[in-house]
Amino acid sequence: MSANGGVTPLDRDRLVWIYTQMLRIREFEERVKRTFLEHPGVIRGHTHLADGAEASIVGSIATLGPDDQFLTTYRCHGYPIARGTDPKAMMAEIYGRKDGLCKGLGGSMHLTDVSNGFLGTSGIVAAGIPHAAGAAWAAQIRKQGQVVLCFFGDGASKQGAFAETLNIASLWKLPIVFVMENNGYNVHTRTEQEDANRAAGEELSVKAKAFSMPGVTIDGRDPVAVYETVGAAVARARAGDGPTLVESQMYRLSAHGNIIAPPGVPLHFPEHEAVEKFGAPEEYEAAKQGDPVPAFRGRLVADGALTAQQADEIGEKVRDEMQAAVTFGLESPFPDTSEALAYTEA
Amino acid sequence: MAHELPYIAAIGEAIHLEMERDESVLYFGQNMATTENEPFVDAFGKDRVRVTPISETAEIGIAIGAALSGFRPVVELYMAEFMLVAMDQVLNEAPRFRGMSGGQVTVPIVLKAGYGFTAGWAGQHTGTINALFMGVPGLKVVVPSTAADAKGLMATAIRDDNPVVYLHNYLLTLEHGEVPDGEYLVPFGEAAIRREGGDVTIVATGWCVDRALNAAEELAKEGIQAEVIDPRTLAPLDTKTILESVEKTGRLVLVDQSTRHASAATVIAGEVAEHGFSSLKAPIIQVTALDATVPYSQPLEAFVMPDESKVVAAVRQVLGLAPVTA
Repeated sequence: MSANGGVTPLDRDRLVWIYTQMLRIREFEERVKRTFLEHPGVIRGHTHLADGAEASIVGSIATLGPDDQFLTTYRCHGYPIARGTDPKAMMAEIYGRKDGLCKGLGGSMHLTDVSNGFLGTSGIVAAGIPHAAGAAWAAQIRKQGQVVLCFFGDGASKQGAFAETLNIASLWKLPIVFVMENNGYNVHTRTEQEDANRAAGEELSVKAKAFSMPGVTIDGRDPVAVYETVGAAVARARAGDGPTLVESQMYRLSAHGNIIAPPGVPLHFPEHEAVEKFGAPEEYEAAKQGDPVPAFRGRLVADGALTAQQADEIGEKVRDEMQAAVTFGLESPFPDTSEALAYTEA
Repeated sequence: MAHELPYIAAIGEAIHLEMERDESVLYFGQNMATTENEPFVDAFGKDRVRVTPISETAEIGIAIGAALSGFRPVVELYMAEFMLVAMDQVLNEAPRFRGMSGGQVTVPIVLKAGYGFTAGWAGQHTGTINALFMGVPGLKVVVPSTAADAKGLMATAIRDDNPVVYLHNYLLTLEHGEVPDGEYLVPFGEAAIRREGGDVTIVATGWCVDRALNAAEELAKEGIQAEVIDPRTLAPLDTKTILESVEKTGRLVLVDQSTRHASAATVIAGEVAEHGFSSLKAPIIQVTALDATVPYSQPLEAFVMPDESKVVAAVRQVLGLAPVTA
């Protein structure tokens, strides 16, 4: 702990760590996306990518202590990568294999790694918000200073689970931080089409006011800003002063998910909704210009934290790591069919 | 040693004993724990016993999260229908996490709710929606019919590592019964044979158990000996005891406070039709609530509910002693 709202300042090593994690997430997601084309049929169902959210994810996860916990949404690949989960096990899970993180039973939307404080993932919008509050209540009872991060999207903030949970979390002063990732779209619907605050020209963090908790909106493409804001909220929660709602603004750089199609139709990622649906390629191109991963690299190089060569070396290592994850996933066998019934009951 | 308690107090006794025994047991819900001198607050403090707003989705979701983090919450939901506003959490969250995580987590929660309050509560507070929970793998469903079972099944529910929907029948709330002292556990998946008989098997749960027993007494006057079985838990369901009884009697009447196609009776009928067909000497008869939104007016409410005379008529019919009535 230190000054600056109880947030430890980021030294050079930590900044490089943040960049490395952002790059690992980006590369992992690129590999997932490429799998649809290079290995058709290997990924089934629905997959959602975190490209564009890397700065927000890593800046948030960087605030956690070793015993802290987090829960996320079905767009859940990024957080465990930053938290130290083995990408090999994650890729094998997304491929439905025996060596998967969840033994192939959960897939892309339900990643869980209890050993790293990642307690589980609901694929239903907003359903995980009360789960995170429950973990925070557990932390409050244990009195060991644990904090829970609760990640969800802007779309979830219109669900009853959001309102009900924020009310209780504020009332009970739970040690939790609500990180709302606003990527401008709920599935294929623009935020201003479905959010009264946005339609009125307000930020979505004003919703916090209804629950008498602090609400703040930040540029979620800046990992340092995210780290400082979420870090201050974590410190506040840890001190027993209750929850904060952080609206982290970003732009999703892939479509909501791969196409939804019946068996037999090869799956792929379509163009982003701005291009495919709203006929606004300029919006998408502008978002690409603000891509947080190259932006943060540029900043670290400009600030002298990294040389261009060092940044390239990190990139090479990360590419090798994620290629190894793909290879591992493809080589892992399918689970035995007996596994289908093994975890129904405890 | 035993003592006499009303059904509802037996449930409370089990929760109290389990909270004494295990610090990880939590108890919370609406309109409870609002003053310091309530017994549970007094005994266990406000960390573990809390009042919530009217927010079933958050209440059940918070229970799931606390369970993922090592606690054993009991949620006081009062009425089974109140779970309907939070069905995602009940049916598609709590029972899914263990499977989806490849066995990394358990969700030991108890959802305590009353049902079947056919005492003038009209259309939305009288339902017997028990079977809705039966078909979800990973979810256990408990339907005690006696004070002793109310205690023993609650204790077992709290110790179970899976989510449990604990459904107490509101019409039984003040029914007194002998309850064993101290620690008392009733295992899941073991039906109770409430009355032995060789002529016909009657399976009933909750409030319907006493209706079936009364009918059996009536029938005994005519020399008909009915065996009355109370499954006690719907999931797991003790089909073995039911099939053994049907093998002996060859005849089966099912009594259920639910409407027909939403009843546990229909599930049991399917199991017996598949696995006990060769034992049956007559078609199975189901005595369920009639297909209607439960009416407020007393004679109409009584008309749609199963009762002793309907059970007696069904037994006579299954024995070929009465003309078939549609």
